[in-house]
Amino acid sequence: MPYGPHAAADRAHMLATIGIASVDELFADIPVALRAIGLDLPDPEAEMLLAARLEGLAARNRVDLDSFLGAGVYRHYCPAAVDQILLRGEWYTAYTPYQPEISQGTLQSIYEYQSLMAELLGLDVVCASHYDGAAATAEAALMTCRATRRERVLVSRAVHGHYRQTLATYFLGGELELDEIPVVADGPAAGTTDLAALERLLGEPDRPVAGVVAGQPNFFGLLEPMAEIGRLAHGAGALFVAVVEPVSLAVLAPPGEYGADIAAAEGQPLGIGLQYGGPYLGILASTEALIRQIPGRLVGMTTDLDGRRAFVMTMRAREQDIRREKAASNICTNQALLALAASVYLACLGPHGLRDVASLGAVRAAELEAALAAVGVRRVHPGPFLNEFAVRIPDAAAVHRRLLDRGILAGLVLEEMEPGDPTLVDTLLVCATEVTTPEEIGRFAAALASELVPGAFATAGAGR
Amino acid sequence: MSVTGPKLQATLFEKSRPGRGGGKIPHPPKDALDRIPAAARRGAPPALPELNEPEVVRHYVNLSQLNYSIDTGFYPLGSCTMKWNPKLNEWAARLPGFAGLHPLAPDAASQGSLQLLWELEMALAEISGMRAVTLQPAAGAQGELTGILMIRAYHRSRGDLERTEVLVPDSSHGTNPATATMAGFTTVTIPSAPDGGVDLDAFRAALGPRTAAVMITNPSTVGLFEARIGELLDAVHAAGALAYMDGANLNAIMGRFKPGEAGFDVMHFNVHKTFSTPHGGGGPGAGPVGVGEVLVPFLPAPRVLRDGAGTYRLEGPGERPSSIGRMRSFVGNTGVLVRAYAYIRAHGGSGLREVSDDAVLAANYLKARLAGAYDEPYGDRPCKHEFVASAASIKKATGVRTLDIAKRLIDYGFHPPTIYFPLIVDEGMLIEPTETESVETLDAFAEALIAIAAEAYAAPDVVHAAPHDTPVRRLDEATAARQPNLRWRPMAGAETPCPE
Repeated sequence: MPYGPHAAADRAHMLATIGIASVDELFADIPVALRAIGLDLPDPEAEMLLAARLEGLAARNRVDLDSFLGAGVYRHYCPAAVDQILLRGEWYTAYTPYQPEISQGTLQSIYEYQSLMAELLGLDVVCASHYDGAAATAEAALMTCRATRRERVLVSRAVHGHYRQTLATYFLGGELELDEIPVVADGPAAGTTDLAALERLLGEPDRPVAGVVAGQPNFFGLLEPMAEIGRLAHGAGALFVAVVEPVSLAVLAPPGEYGADIAAAEGQPLGIGLQYGGPYLGILASTEALIRQIPGRLVGMTTDLDGRRAFVMTMRAREQDIRREKAASNICTNQALLALAASVYLACLGPHGLRDVASLGAVRAAELEAALAAVGVRRVHPGPFLNEFAVRIPDAAAVHRRLLDRGILAGLVLEEMEPGDPTLVDTLLVCATEVTTPEEIGRFAAALASELVPGAFATAGAGR
Repeated sequence: MSVTGPKLQATLFEKSRPGRGGGKIPHPPKDALDRIPAAARRGAPPALPELNEPEVVRHYVNLSQLNYSIDTGFYPLGSCTMKWNPKLNEWAARLPGFAGLHPLAPDAASQGSLQLLWELEMALAEISGMRAVTLQPAAGAQGELTGILMIRAYHRSRGDLERTEVLVPDSSHGTNPATATMAGFTTVTIPSAPDGGVDLDAFRAALGPRTAAVMITNPSTVGLFEARIGELLDAVHAAGALAYMDGANLNAIMGRFKPGEAGFDVMHFNVHKTFSTPHGGGGPGAGPVGVGEVLVPFLPAPRVLRDGAGTYRLEGPGERPSSIGRMRSFVGNTGVLVRAYAYIRAHGGSGLREVSDDAVLAANYLKARLAGAYDEPYGDRPCKHEFVASAASIKKATGVRTLDIAKRLIDYGFHPPTIYFPLIVDEGMLIEPTETESVETLDAFAEALIAIAAEAYAAPDVVHAAPHDTPVRRLDEATAARQPNLRWRPMAGAETPCPE
């Protein structure tokens, strides 16, 4: 066994101390009929060979592409110091800080994380983390139902599809109702949440709404009228959940400023790698009025017996190990190490560095928009965007495949993500961040120009 | 109150000085955001701290040294399986091909990760005796929710809408009843038998046409194998219910007992327990779920699929309408799963069985060493990978409680065991040594606990006041809960970040 310390003499000593002859005696209580006869798995592999196997698998993934793919997770530059900190065993090999006297590092780092996020989001209560943006959004929606004692939530169709699907799964249990708010089809607000439809849904008799969920920027990269959505929600006695992207909050209004009661976010852009899906960081925050409803761990400042400042997990009566079936959620293990990553990332960048990340991404995205327009590829929606937008391209899925062969990952084929939505046929969702280079943008535009049949652009543009 | 004791740190916010930091990201042009409507823009920049790299690094290195961790010492935390976290696995997860792959990258660009995930599913299916595995759940509790929602879908698919109850023993993890509630079921708590195991008669009495599922931890949370598990599973199935196994204690039984073959319908794995992925101070983990034949149609989407030519792909949206849907975004905590895969490959089938054998051997060895000094409520039976000791007799004689003993262990250089869990044991300590600790470490820990038991009689005040040798002493948890201070607030008149 590669990591076991026992020599044969150690095992013999332990068996003798217990007073048995064979370890098999310790398993004698497994009924004979139910005993397994070993495991049909490959042989153990020495570290040197295993390292080569893992390198071989990693090499089968293509990460050498010029990538314009975002759609909920984003490539960013991560300062070298971040991973150096994460690789300290005192952080990553510790357990949940149940013994505060020997966990002050983790506890203070979570308190600082809560504080950093509170500052970024403009909301005072931030829990220690959830699994990802989708699960945090689902927990936020469940919070609105508990807080209002209502059973119906409205979610904008311009919220990430994976989030809406996760919401639907989390809603199965409580038999809660989930209705989607359509997006505007045409005109200057195309692609954003349809406010008139929202008003109608909120006004349906005998179907009171607990919460309204909308994204900023939304899934299509567009800026939503968040203050207006919040006003409509509150007017109907519902709570307002803002699904946000944390880097954008360096330059965009924070949820607390436009009246959100709860904010949920995917924290991956804050110094966390793409990693084919996780581990990421679910950020969940609320106003103080909802403090008893927020699920997940909270760390508070207190003092020790000698009056020294110290930190401790607090308000634990909401949690599953204390409250069992009456807990606010079943969450136990969360994403603490990723909350640490986000904190170290923010500490390394500071307020100005984070603003530079967001602004430079916006600049590159504007350059991308111009470069694509120059080869006849135009945006689907006219409204303002930050660093991501949808474009219309004839035969988008096929073009996307051909560009992959040329080393370009041309964003997301929206109709593959949302089959059955006629407005998304032949569209790509593309993004740029601060790490996107003008050269990559140039190659993308040139490749698109050569892939597209001359004359197709006019047709593509005419639809809008 | 004093901010600093030995090694205690001021917060990032107190260390901040306007104008510090910078040099990480190129400055964009001044008009970068002119095209963004003013109404959507932020007024004042967020008051994030401003520090230089050396200050940031020292802050976090000094904070890290306030933590106890596996890398620094023995961590016998029952039910948490704090085994060694192999370093190769950290290296592997950081390989650019794994770390830099976008989760929505086309399948053609993701063959390496898809192959790894598929092989991991197959390995977990073999270990558990289950028919198929989903890797999507982000942690054990999310795995539980996945499993119970699949059970819900199964009953509904048969038109059986009357099953509203989930039975759990009173010794279960708190996540079990909390999960049942989240999935819309009513929890029925079944008292444990005097031997700490399931009370078969009590279960039989509670089972019926309203029972949707039974959630069992096996080995149980007191570290005992449920010897009558076969009868219990038969009774569950005879009542038309399904059996969920909480896999938190899988480290005890690999290669010895396969829950799927024994008749469990669904179980979750905690890869951050059994398969060595680090706990990270409270995550990330991953909670794959294995299912028997009847639940395969309901697995979350997307599944990882392999065709005859050895090409891998993810299921498309809507491809399998019977699925319960998504539990989260994207495919799962792949970075964690890379580590679990490496662990399983390093051990192979024979090595995993040896892992369980050695984990059980170590627990029984510690149990034997402590037999005279502490009560052992279930001491007459061999334990599995963990066992319960109790300070009930010590408390009666000296007033020293398990909490005091746990805190005193810290002075001796050890992380305390899990205490007061499960709730059914008076003054309980759940001790799980794992297979990666040497006999010398196990002996030192046993001698520390024996010495503390003696101290409880000779010098109880020393134990009551422990820990003595930590950066902070016991905390005022009552005030923390009554007047919550959950975020740093800038001092009145403090400087906010300068505009440039």
